[in-house]
Amino acid sequence: MVVDNLQARYVAAIDNDRLEDWPGFFTDPCRYEIISAENVEQNLPLGVFFADSRAMLADRVASLRRANIYEAQRYRHIVSPALVLPPADNLTRAQTNFLVVRIMLDGDMRLFMSGRYLDAIDLSGPTALFAEKRVIFDNRRIDTLLALPI
Amino acid sequence: MMRPCVFADVRADRDAAAALRGGDKLVGRPRLRNDIDLVWPKEGLRRIPYEVYAREDIYARERARIFEGPTWNFLCLEIELPNPGAYRATFVGDVPVIVARHGDGTLHAFENRCLHRGAMLCLKPGTGKEISCVYHNWTYDLTGRLTGVAFQKGVNGKGGMPPEFSTAGRHLRQLRVATFAGLVFGTFADDTPALETYLGPEIAARIRRVMAKPIRPMGSVSQYLHSNWKVYADNLRDSYHASLLHLFFTTFKLNRLSMQGGIIVSENGANHVSYSKMASDRDDDYDAAKLRAKQDNFGLSDRTMLQGRDEFGDGITLQILTVFPGFIMHQIQNSLAVRQILPKRVDETELNWTYFGFADDDDAMRTIRLKQTNLVGPGGYISMEDGAVVNFVQRTLPGGIGDASIVEMGGAGTSSQDTRVTESAVRGFWHAYRERMGV
Ligand code: FES
Ligand SMILES: [Fe+2]
Repeated sequence: MVVDNLQARYVAAIDNDRLEDWPGFFTDPCRYEIISAENVEQNLPLGVFFADSRAMLADRVASLRRANIYEAQRYRHIVSPALVLPPADNLTRAQTNFLVVRIMLDGDMRLFMSGRYLDAIDLSGPTALFAEKRVIFDNRRIDTLLALPI
Repeated sequence: MMRPCVFADVRADRDAAAALRGGDKLVGRPRLRNDIDLVWPKEGLRRIPYEVYAREDIYARERARIFEGPTWNFLCLEIELPNPGAYRATFVGDVPVIVARHGDGTLHAFENRCLHRGAMLCLKPGTGKEISCVYHNWTYDLTGRLTGVAFQKGVNGKGGMPPEFSTAGRHLRQLRVATFAGLVFGTFADDTPALETYLGPEIAARIRRVMAKPIRPMGSVSQYLHSNWKVYADNLRDSYHASLLHLFFTTFKLNRLSMQGGIIVSENGANHVSYSKMASDRDDDYDAAKLRAKQDNFGLSDRTMLQGRDEFGDGITLQILTVFPGFIMHQIQNSLAVRQILPKRVDETELNWTYFGFADDDDAMRTIRLKQTNLVGPGGYISMEDGAVVNFVQRTLPGGIGDASIVEMGGAGTSSQDTRVTESAVRGFWHAYRERMGV
C-alpha cells in the first residue's frame, strides 16, 4: 500500500507538470536511471539517463525548463500495483509495470514507453523515498526524443 | 506518390550493376539511366531543393545509387562479432543485411533475404556454422553460400526440386567487407574505392584517434526520427547550429563558436570532422550578438557529470565525424559512440546508437561515461533538440516543394575551415550526393 501510494504520487507529479517536486521523491544520494531491457539483459550499463544525486535530478529539471528545446508535451503514466520483492539492505524492493502515453500540444497521442520500475524504497523516514529507481523500458526504440522523466 | 517509372529505373540501375558484376539479370548492354526528373537550382550547392527530402522516387533511387552503390556503409563494431561463428543482423540503407565472422575468422556480409522465397533469415545475433531459413529450412554457411535445400530430392521419391537444380554457385547477394580501426564496413558495389582511400587521410586519422585501444561496448539504443534520413545527415554536418540550438552546451561552456575549433571536409566532400577545444573561450562575440544561448545565471548544482578526463591528451573535447552516407562517430568529453543512420521510409529514419568505452576503463571512468551519456543520446542535454528540429523541417515539406533551402554560411565551397560557423560540410554532403545520384 505504501509503495503503491508512493508510486501514485510520483507519477502524478510528472503527469501534472510538477517536475520541481520530482527530485524530492528520492533519497540523497540515490540512483535513478532509464535504460532499455535489452541493455539490462546483456549486462550493458548505459541507458538514456543516469543520476546519483538529488542535485543531478534537479539539474535535469532546470535544463528541461530553461535550456532544452523540445515540442510541448506531457505524459500520462498508467502503473500496475506493485509486486513487492524480498527486501535487501534495509530497503523495500518492488517492481511496478508502467505504460507512458505521450500527448503532444497538437493533440497527437501515442504510446511512448512500456516497462517496469525496479525500485528500492527507504521507509525509515517520515515519508517513503526511492533510494534506487531503475526505469527499464521494453521498447528499444525511442520515438523522436526523451525529455521528461519517466 | 510512387511513380510508375520508379521501379523500372531502379531495376535498370541494379541490372546494370549486376551486368557489370558478371551477373545474369540483364540481357544486352548495361544501361545506367540518368532521367530522374529534378532540376537543381542554378545556385548549386548553396541551395537544396526541398523535394529531395520528400519524393518517393528519389528515395528509391538513393537505395540503388547510394546505399547499394559505391559507398561504404557501417555494419557494426568488430568487437560485436568477437568469435568465429558469430553473426548479427544489420542494415545498409533500408536493405536488411547479415554480417558474420566465419569459422576461419574472416568477416562476411550478405543480404538477409532467403534465395527461395525471400524470407528474412536472421533477426537477432547468433552463433553457429550455418544460418537456416525458418520458412522452408534452406541453409547457408557464414559466407552466405547456399548449402542445403530441405527435401531437395523429395520424400519417398515424390516431390522435390527438379534434378537439374543445384545448390552450387548460389549465394546470397554479397557485400565486400572491410574493417578500419575496429569498425566494420560493407559495400554492395565492386567499384567502391578501398575503405581507407574512401575515408581520406584526415578522417582516417580522427577515427584512429578515438579507436586508439581495445574498446568495450557499453550499451545501445535506437531513436526513431520522423524525418527523411538526409535531414538528419544535414544536421550532423551543420556545425552552425551547435551553440544556437543546443543551449545546454553553450551555457556550460562545452562548445562555443568562439572556441578553438573547426571543421575538416574530405576532398570529395563526403566525409567530415567537426572539432573543438574547451580552452581559449571568449565572451565578447556572444555578448555583442546577445544570443538567447547566453544565460549567465544558470548553473549546474551537481557538476560531477562534467568532470571528465582528457583521455586523448590533446584537449579536444568534441569531435563529431561523419562518413557518407550514414555513419557517425562522436567523442564529446568522455562520451563515445557510433551511430548508424538508417532510412526506413521517405519520411522516417532510425538512428542506432552504440556507446562504448575502453577495455581498460577503471570504475571511475565507467561512472564518468555513465553520467556523460546524459549529454548525448535520444534524451541528451545537447542532442535531444536534433530529434525535434529534424521533425520541424520534415513537417513543412508539403509547402516547400518547388522551393529550396539556403546554405551559404561560410561561402559556397566545401573546404575545411578553422571556424564552426559554416555550412561547408553540409555542402560537402550534397556535392557527394549529387555526384552519385546524377542530379
Ligand atoms: S523462404 Fe527461405 S527457405 Fe523458403
Ligand atoms: Fe545538433
